[in-house]
Amino acid sequence: MQPLLRVENLVKHYAAGRPAPKDKSAALDGVSLSIPARTTLALVGESGSGKSTLALCIACLEHPTSGSIWFEGIDVVALDENQKRLLRPRIQLVFQDPASSLNPRWTALEIVSEPFFVQGRFSKQERSDKACTWLDHVGISPKMVSRRVDELSGGQKQRLAIARALALEPRLIVLDEALSALDCSVQAQISNLLLELQSSLGLTYLFITHDFAMAAHLADEIAVMDHGRIVESGPAEKILRSPGQDATRALLAATPGVPKTQSTLVNF
Amino acid sequence: MRYFLRRTLHAVFLLFGVSLLTFLFSALTPGNYFDEMRLNPQISRETVAALRAQYQLDRPLPVRYAHWLMAVAHGELGFSFAYNSPVGPLLWVRARNTLFLTITAMLLAWLLALPLGVWSASRFGRAPDRVLSWATATLLVIPDLVLALGLLILAVRTGWFPTGGLASVGFENLSPLHKLRDLASHLALPVAALVLATLPMLVRHVRASVAEVLEASFLRAAVGHGIPHPKLLYGYALRAAANPLISLFGFSVGTLLSGSLLVEVVMSWPGLGPLLLEAILARDLYVVIGGVLLSMIFLVSGNLFADVLLYWADPRIRIAASAK
Repeated sequence: MQPLLRVENLVKHYAAGRPAPKDKSAALDGVSLSIPARTTLALVGESGSGKSTLALCIACLEHPTSGSIWFEGIDVVALDENQKRLLRPRIQLVFQDPASSLNPRWTALEIVSEPFFVQGRFSKQERSDKACTWLDHVGISPKMVSRRVDELSGGQKQRLAIARALALEPRLIVLDEALSALDCSVQAQISNLLLELQSSLGLTYLFITHDFAMAAHLADEIAVMDHGRIVESGPAEKILRSPGQDATRALLAATPGVPKTQSTLVNF
Repeated sequence: MRYFLRRTLHAVFLLFGVSLLTFLFSALTPGNYFDEMRLNPQISRETVAALRAQYQLDRPLPVRYAHWLMAVAHGELGFSFAYNSPVGPLLWVRARNTLFLTITAMLLAWLLALPLGVWSASRFGRAPDRVLSWATATLLVIPDLVLALGLLILAVRTGWFPTGGLASVGFENLSPLHKLRDLASHLALPVAALVLATLPMLVRHVRASVAEVLEASFLRAAVGHGIPHPKLLYGYALRAAANPLISLFGFSVGTLLSGSLLVEVVMSWPGLGPLLLEAILARDLYVVIGGVLLSMIFLVSGNLFADVLLYWADPRIRIAASAK
């Protein structure tokens, strides 16, 4: 079966002030991965390993230096700006910090109806009706829809961000450390919400995190990233049971709550 | 609403304080308008003393201040020694000319600064942005006086523009279209000087504010929803960056009367600038005080205007103000 998203040998260099050594300046250094439809791939790695750059490339918000991103059988990298603009609604990004990813001037309802407005879909009444439905979907009660961002809790903000991402009915949602800024009980609530939405709407997730416990909870497959490369990937069970790489073991050892296997006891 | 009442009350107190200080400082400076007459052997000491008494310059300062305040309460601003007429109408004619010049210059500067700043911010750090930054930095370090003189030299050498005044001789006899052209050609140089002096700062502020919000992830999210680029820049980014720019606009409005004095003097524009300069040199006390007060009224109401705009533009400020 053809995967929904296939990334091939993706490279992204950021222009540094002066030519830096080649291996240092590459945020992505030949990343390949694929996600079948209706599954979740967790991308785990420490900060600075290139996870967010990959997320931005996949969401068509950054242009990679080389390589290709196949989404629904189309090479996204080869598209021009106009075609990308039409494609972007199909892939939505949920950011780490909900406080900065939501426009502080708007109410919850305005934030969720904004994607319709941008797309010029529906009448004004339909827009707010649809937005209310999505807000209800993510568990934000009707009496809170007229609140502004700073009147909502962290968990509510992230629910709002998820509702906004869902509004345009995307095929793929990239969750870039979307749970990292939340406390444990809220993390659990939101991750359960994500699982429910996945089964009811048939969503595909790319779940980016540094937390193996969350990855284990949500993902079908796990890919481990280190210094701009995927160092290990496979079914979640397998990676957790028998990590094959030092980078994986180091991340696993740093995660509380994951049963320690023999191989996680590494000597540094 | 209470918020604005309080702000207006603050402004009135501020103006009161400013008038007191101006009065005090001008009284502390040595000499007065009639001192020059004393050097003239043809005018007797008694005449000078009589004149001083007539204008009440021999009375103690608090009394003079109280008199002046009473006059202000009646809508007058005192009496000009040099023009031998009330200060109010005198200032009004000049202020009108100044406003004509500065409002034109301000609108032009903002209309140029917004697109230039946004354009520069959307290319932040790339070649066009660097060229523009370099150009604005250069303009910033050139003193206004040098700019104005440079433009004057240009006008003298080329003869393209008149080098002073507001209208040509025989202005009344021209047809409306020619009147407009005559006014425009007289306006061109002082407006150019003012725009060149204020534009760099405005462009840099717009650029900095817009570049900052362009980094925000809620704008990235909007890109993700498929927003067209111009709408992102002018619809979303500019609005999100508006608060510091609105404050800056309030400042622009506030300096409408006081920001152009130098250019007016250099370019002989018949506004407040030359009038105040002469008044200061001649110690024409009430004209100076009236001019300063008028400028202050503009500065204070400019800030008040910016606050009203902010209140109107940003729901967060509305909530904070109504919660108090």
